[in-house]
Amino acid sequence: MTITALDRPGGPSPAGTDLAVMADGLVKTFGEQRAVDGVDLAVRPGEIFGVLGPNGAGKTTMLRMLATLLKIDGGHAEIFGVDVAREPHVIRQLVGVTGQYASVDEILTARENLWLFGRLQGIASKRARRIAEDLLAQFGLQDAADKPIAHFSGGMRRRLDLAASLITRPPLIFLDEPTTGLDPRTRGQMWETIRGLVADGCTVLLTTQYLDEADQLADRIAVIDHGRKVAEGTPDELKTAVGDSTLQLLLSDPDSVPAAAAVVRRILGSDPVLSPELGRLNVALEQADLAADVLIALRDSGVSIASMNVAKPSLDEVFLALTGHGTEEEENR
Amino acid sequence: MTTTLAPATRGRDRAATARRTVSTSETVSQTMTMAWRSLKNMRRQPEQFFDVVLQPLIFTAMFAYIFGGAVSGSVEDYLPLMIPGIVAQTVLTTCMVTGTKLREDMEKGVFDRFKSLPMARIAPLAGPMVADLSRYTIASVLTFATGILMGYRPGGGFTGVTAAILLSIFTGWALAWIFTWIGTIARSAQAVQGISMLILFPLTFLSNAFVPVDTLPSWLAAFVRVNPVSHLVTAARDLANHGTVSSAVFWTLLAGVIVIAIFAPLSVSSYKRRHV
Ligand SMILES: Nc1ncnc2c1ncn2[C@@H]1O[C@H](COP(=O)(O)OP(=O)(O)OP(=O)(O)O)[C@@H](O)[C@H]1O
Ligand SMILES: [Mg+2]
Repeated sequence: MTITALDRPGGPSPAGTDLAVMADGLVKTFGEQRAVDGVDLAVRPGEIFGVLGPNGAGKTTMLRMLATLLKIDGGHAEIFGVDVAREPHVIRQLVGVTGQYASVDEILTARENLWLFGRLQGIASKRARRIAEDLLAQFGLQDAADKPIAHFSGGMRRRLDLAASLITRPPLIFLDEPTTGLDPRTRGQMWETIRGLVADGCTVLLTTQYLDEADQLADRIAVIDHGRKVAEGTPDELKTAVGDSTLQLLLSDPDSVPAAAAVVRRILGSDPVLSPELGRLNVALEQADLAADVLIALRDSGVSIASMNVAKPSLDEVFLALTGHGTEEEENR
Repeated sequence: MTTTLAPATRGRDRAATARRTVSTSETVSQTMTMAWRSLKNMRRQPEQFFDVVLQPLIFTAMFAYIFGGAVSGSVEDYLPLMIPGIVAQTVLTTCMVTGTKLREDMEKGVFDRFKSLPMARIAPLAGPMVADLSRYTIASVLTFATGILMGYRPGGGFTGVTAAILLSIFTGWALAWIFTWIGTIARSAQAVQGISMLILFPLTFLSNAFVPVDTLPSWLAAFVRVNPVSHLVTAARDLANHGTVSSAVFWTLLAGVIVIAIFAPLSVSSYKRRHV
């Protein structure tokens, strides 16, 4: 089951200039390595577009090329119809960039940071101060406004970093792994903030390693691996390919794997995924409820289970379902 | 801004009204903002001033007592020869620190943001250099002050000394572009320091900063005569000791302008090349 439809079925692809981001065959090479290897992207105005991929997939590299932070080695990119390679100065006025690692000044306070970035973008001192004040309030940073960033927690740093990208209210925001390393509560707050940006009329291009984050936030998702796009679609389309949840089974007797696989095929009409670990198999489920049907059928067939668990599909399973191979670790077994 | 535009319109409007280039006044304002950032950094880490405070004191005293008797017969006679030399030396050493600090700074995450902002590419380089004017000022004023405490009586008076200090600050600022350029090409702050030392030592010691040129062998004297540091030292001596504006002032200014004209564009282009 591979999603090949790169355009959403039904919706005609918008004309090139109407897109927020249009990338055509983007390439970046580092020596021998093709970190980004011919990626096409079409981000529509007003949507949250998620780029999903494991470590080293080329997410950051792609975003940095689009943000004019890295030279584009091949292909072509436009943002709101402006050529990225030819007019970097204009692109920098259109895009607010929040990188994977906080890019704020450690020695300055939060308030000073926001003022500095405002001034550097040509905002008069007084107005820059007022914008800084508003952003500090919006991101719940007033209490820490006069502390040096060096004393900030990871979550506070992230929020300040995002605030710093919004000073001129750019129409397009890049977020590179906005919630990696955040605790669940802070993560939820960040999601709310990102949805708020879109409600205000921004377009968001974000990267993530988490399927659930892409699912929660993104209108459309591109899955990339080894610098190539392996799938693109709405979260629903991807989930149909992967299943809503996964039943993870450990059999008491590793030799009963073929029998168990036959049962799964009979009940669900699809094959389970065999894990490298002996006697372990993962079953993609369209709904978690189907787990019960599988378990009952297994007991009826006399296949004994040592342990079981129903979980959200991992990125690895997405890859397996979409590409027929796993992520790096899985592949090197 | 209370109305919310449709995302597509908002993007296209922004693209249409975006500035295509950075104007000179924007460049100046951004440079001054970056200078403000550097000054804040300095104020919060006052240990950054150790070198410009201690070096004039230590070097002035040390050189005077070590070389004074040998070169000029006495410390008092040596001071008029030596003080302008020490000023040139400390200002040059300060330049080297400019390059090293820039390299360290560029490693920081915040430089990613500077690069992603629509600002002049020269501002992140020139800003810290403007802030460093404070360091050149401290170094050269303290050197003259130490000399005066030790018995130096500059014949050029207050005006002459002030002119010598201003000339040294200008030259330091101009030469700092060489080290800024090194900062943008070197792999690490240590590398900047290493390369800078290699440039710095011949420039300061193969000059007339500490000894009269006529005591040198002719091949060495030839180099010493064309060394821009020698011109600075001569010009500063003429200004501070005699209150005269000699041709050396002109050569020093010219050398400074040439250095800026070559190394400022080089620095900006290598900063851009490495980082965009
Ligand atoms: N400056 C560089 N020089 C050499 N190789 C690089 C450079 N930057 C990235 N790479 C390589 O390019 C590949 C893609 O890296 P990139 O950082 O874009 O991945 P990513 O998808 O952002 O991963 P992560 O989830 O870990 O952030 C990696 O193999 C990485 O080692
Ligand atoms: Mg990354």
